[in-house]
Amino acid sequence: MNTAETTVDNGVNTEALLGARGAFADMPEAASFTFSSTCDWVSGTQSSSAINGYFGLGQDHVRKETFVITSDHPEVFAAADTAPTPPEIVLSALGSCLTGGVAAVAQHRGIQLHKVQAIIEGDIDVRGILGMDPEIRNGFKSVRVRFEIDADASADDIRALVAQSQKRSAVFDLLTNPTNVHVDIA
Amino acid sequence: MKQISTIIIGAGQAGLAMSKCLTDRSVAHVVIERGQIANSWSTERWDSLRLLTPNWQSRLPGYSYSGNDPDGFMNMAEITGYLRAYAAQSAAPVEEGVTVTSVTVQSFGYRVETTKGDWLCDNVVLATGACAQANVPPLAGQLPSGISSLTPMSYKSSAQINPGGVLVVGASASGTQIASELITAGHEVTLAVGTHIRVPRLYRGHDIQWWMDQSGVLDTRADQMDDIDRARRVPALQLVGDRSIDALDLNHLRRQGVQLVGRLVGIRDGYAQFSGSLANYCALSDQKMNRLLEGFDLWAERQSLIGLEPPERFDPTHVDLDPALRLRLHDSHIRTVIWATGYRPDFRWLHLPVFDTKGALRHAFGVVAPGLYVLGLPFQQRRKSGLIDGVGADAETLSNHLILNRANRAA
Repeated sequence: MNTAETTVDNGVNTEALLGARGAFADMPEAASFTFSSTCDWVSGTQSSSAINGYFGLGQDHVRKETFVITSDHPEVFAAADTAPTPPEIVLSALGSCLTGGVAAVAQHRGIQLHKVQAIIEGDIDVRGILGMDPEIRNGFKSVRVRFEIDADASADDIRALVAQSQKRSAVFDLLTNPTNVHVDIA
Repeated sequence: MKQISTIIIGAGQAGLAMSKCLTDRSVAHVVIERGQIANSWSTERWDSLRLLTPNWQSRLPGYSYSGNDPDGFMNMAEITGYLRAYAAQSAAPVEEGVTVTSVTVQSFGYRVETTKGDWLCDNVVLATGACAQANVPPLAGQLPSGISSLTPMSYKSSAQINPGGVLVVGASASGTQIASELITAGHEVTLAVGTHIRVPRLYRGHDIQWWMDQSGVLDTRADQMDDIDRARRVPALQLVGDRSIDALDLNHLRRQGVQLVGRLVGIRDGYAQFSGSLANYCALSDQKMNRLLEGFDLWAERQSLIGLEPPERFDPTHVDLDPALRLRLHDSHIRTVIWATGYRPDFRWLHLPVFDTKGALRHAFGVVAPGLYVLGLPFQQRRKSGLIDGVGADAETLSNHLILNRANRAA
């Protein structure tokens, strides 16, 4: 563990995060956020999602830039393969969430990171989405994450980082726990 | 209306310790008890339960274990007898069979209404305990009909369980003990595991509580903690008062045949749904245990303790690669669910604005409001506050505060 004299900089502003915790303790309603994404069909299985506005801290926020994530299916499914599949985007979201979490926890614990890479794999039996067997689920049967981390810390400290990042990850929670999803038509 | 300086509500270890401290300071008081002394221990625990702490670790102000088995663990009859003997020895003014129905502010003090008349007093000490009711999650309401629902407060023994499968929710001391008891009785048992604190019963030849006590871990003060709210939420150690078992941990239960699954997160379409994060809950618990043991090893080294067995690290918790994510509740698969999901205090009769937005009692190290005190909550003043062995120190502090506060109010 680093001491106070060494400066650890993983590019995470933990003081701001801790300050937010204090503010939300006094004003829990400010902690209610709503994120959104707008998905437009392009052609075939190709679609394009635009992400910009969100609600939080009691008000709407508009970003300077609209982010676009496109999705498609690969050639083996007779598609154009112009972009990753939606489940792959979910895997990338899990990787980003856990990796960001590792950086934040490392900063808080005074651990300097040099390299963090996560390789995420998900197993899907596509007979599920093809409706061939009701016993087979559509989604991932199993997801694996393998981290490679170079940091100024012991192996135990790194294991603790990775465990804590799962404990506090939104996407890890989304994948491991059920969520009510309400779909309707405008 | 009767008047008295101080009313203590509850005659368990906390109320009796406070009574002794007030007697020592010549503060007139009465201890009001809805049942008999040590009521919760004698009526709200399961038959096979023994204290999680060894006999020597039941020290109370002016009282300690004097039997010939300091390393043993009291059963419920023994702890009840122990506390009744304490009440007798300290001549605690206990009024049994009196239930408090309301506490409100009146003039410069408090009005305490009971089933046997009302009192006016300057001080009230809430000593009804941290485990006054079972903490059952809201999703329990979604259980299909035909499945029995029990808590560690209504569970007594395997004799009361219908033949068939049992789902035990929660893997701290209560859940693991009941799961072990029920699989031994021939039930198929599934244990839903969330946050839990794994520790061995014995470490390097000493009871884990010896280490906790001697190393000073139990004396850690609440004001030394970065995040006291989180520390107060830490579940009880996964222990059993039985030295014949090295550790009643998940590996032990798995060897017994208990099916381990993740935290119960939903009940839908006749299925219980479990979190897919079991491996991480177990990893966090193993890491926490190893850090605790590492701390003990360092402490022992600094103290140059001799005669200790060598340091030891225990097998990681074994988790199936793909634990079950759901379990059929219909068709007799599961006949009983036991909610070993913790306990919480019960202050529904406390009609004062002293609760936070989540309904928890607000207090500063046990001081709730001028003249209003609480005892026996987890990590109230020190890590040991919730233990029989820790409530005495808190009672001493609070009774000193009470005397000082009384002097200030009189001035």
